[in-house]
Amino acid sequence: MNEPARHSARPPVAIQLVKVNKWYGEFHVLRNIDLTVTGGERIVVCGPSGSGKSTMIRCINRLEEHQTGKIIVDGMELTADLKKIDEVRRDVGMVFQHFNLFPHLTVLENCTLAPIWVRKMPKREAEEAALHYLKRVKIPEQANKYPGQLSGGQQQRVAIARALCMNPKIMLFDEPTSALDPEMVKEVLDTMVALAKDGMTMLVVTHEMGFAREVANRIVFMDEGQIVEANAPEEFFAHPQHARTKLFLSQILR
Amino acid sequence: MTMAEGDLAVTELHFVRHEQLPPKPPPAHMRGTLGWMRENLFSSWFNVALTVAIGLLVAWVAVELARFLIIDAAWSGTDRDACREAVQHRPIGACWPFAFERMPYFIYGSYPIPQRWRVDVFFVLLAIGIVWLMAPRAPRKNWGALYFFIVLPIASFILLHGWELIGLPAVDTVLWGGILVTIVVATVGIVVSLPLGILLALGRRSRMPTVKMFSVAFIEFVRGVPLITMLFMASVMLPLFVPEAFEPDKLVRALVGIALFASAYMAEVVRAGLQAVPRGQYEGAMAVGLRYPHMMGLVVLPQALRITIPNIVNTYIGLFKDTTLVYIVGIFDFLHTVEVARIDPKWATPVTSTTGYAVAAIFYLIFCYGMSRYARAMEARLASGRQR
Repeated sequence: MNEPARHSARPPVAIQLVKVNKWYGEFHVLRNIDLTVTGGERIVVCGPSGSGKSTMIRCINRLEEHQTGKIIVDGMELTADLKKIDEVRRDVGMVFQHFNLFPHLTVLENCTLAPIWVRKMPKREAEEAALHYLKRVKIPEQANKYPGQLSGGQQQRVAIARALCMNPKIMLFDEPTSALDPEMVKEVLDTMVALAKDGMTMLVVTHEMGFAREVANRIVFMDEGQIVEANAPEEFFAHPQHARTKLFLSQILR
Repeated sequence: MTMAEGDLAVTELHFVRHEQLPPKPPPAHMRGTLGWMRENLFSSWFNVALTVAIGLLVAWVAVELARFLIIDAAWSGTDRDACREAVQHRPIGACWPFAFERMPYFIYGSYPIPQRWRVDVFFVLLAIGIVWLMAPRAPRKNWGALYFFIVLPIASFILLHGWELIGLPAVDTVLWGGILVTIVVATVGIVVSLPLGILLALGRRSRMPTVKMFSVAFIEFVRGVPLITMLFMASVMLPLFVPEAFEPDKLVRALVGIALFASAYMAEVVRAGLQAVPRGQYEGAMAVGLRYPHMMGLVVLPQALRITIPNIVNTYIGLFKDTTLVYIVGIFDFLHTVEVARIDPKWATPVTSTTGYAVAAIFYLIFCYGMSRYARAMEARLASGRQR
């Protein structure tokens, strides 16, 4: 009677990184990264620039290749096998610092492109789903505009909707608010908080410590390609252990 | 609130605005035709001098052209006497009777006269295809593409070359000539070079070494050789290697040469466009799970081609004019028919050659300027939806 029970339960591990190493030429960007993310967990990754945090999350959907170690996403190990990479990318949504919306397509077309061509969804159904997610990020009225006609904050919310349209199990955010004008940061963070409250598994590279405090289960601090410290947010902010963590926090929390 | 707020320089430490400043129209010297002229034509002494100099130059050229083409031109007559100053006792410009009489030859070459309706039908079919594909509001573009790329080539071949079974006598391509040949060569070059150029450009950027090496070698070889050499090789060297029975038609050989030549140039144009698409677009496409063909076809190429429209059209215009080089291998394109006609003793006058070349210039100008205008309109149309 044990077997069916184990099958019906959601696999608790969403992402697993085991001794992951990566080099750019001679430069050792990721050094022995070990990280396990369980389903529904929200993890904020922070650290100084050049610490490898973006590279790490970009390895998770194989925008970057790691050279040694194992990355297992949703039970699938990432190797050179293109089929597996495609499968992982379908299940992992990503939001970029510079939005990377497709400027030649309308907001709606941006959202329906992948469902139609990758998931082979009928156009009508894809559009309905897209409008649903555009409502969720609170800009359904912009559906027929082009990205260039929207503000930065609106573009980033479209990018979030576009990722959600693929119905991902995991969402990666790579500094989603760093390229935004200050008055637009909040609308994007609010969208992300709402997403977190719905139980999405999230891995967020950000310097928004307010956001980290509010939604993260865990904060991972990286420096020089290594994970230096990881902890629950209250502990992380109140009692940082490592000297570099303390230095970093003292610099960003004036 | 003692002073009008709009005039107040903010010198105090504490300042709070109480009323919104209304927008005012720009000053008078910025408005209207006069304002525009002052701004753009006569803003400085240097600008005034340039305006006057260019104005004089344009006036001079325009007057001379009008004199030659219209005012002094001969408009009717049946032979060279109509265009000779000695006979007409007045200065003679263009000899239009010559152009009118030889126009069928300019259009059809030596295509048999009873069969020339087939060429006319071909022109109409081609025009339908072009309008269908290029008019922004034309319906059913996918049917239009099917028509243009599948139906039209087959129909044109049957129509122009002939098919005895349905009662169309064969017309050897040796007899083809004039605008017919120019249009056929240019259309085939234009239609083949873009897809082939895109493939070569993608190949050149490919990670697969063999594909990349083949593309680079092809592009660099073809670009390193003059078109005339390509045509000579196609028409003179090919027969040396191929048994006579399989030897392709002379026109086909020239078509292949021109199409390959244009493809190599197109490949480099497209590659420049591909390089201008930011890395983030590739990543955005990959992150939503698109595979390579979809990523390229739906995300990258539409943007790359849009950026390269001016260069693509530039290549097309160059190609259109390069078609005159088929003359070298003995094919009677439009310019070649003009060349032959202008030395006809029946029309031997001092202005016959000039008239013939004027006809050629007007023909090429209309087509090239037409392409250029269409490209400008497309750019404007594509830019309008997505200004930043």
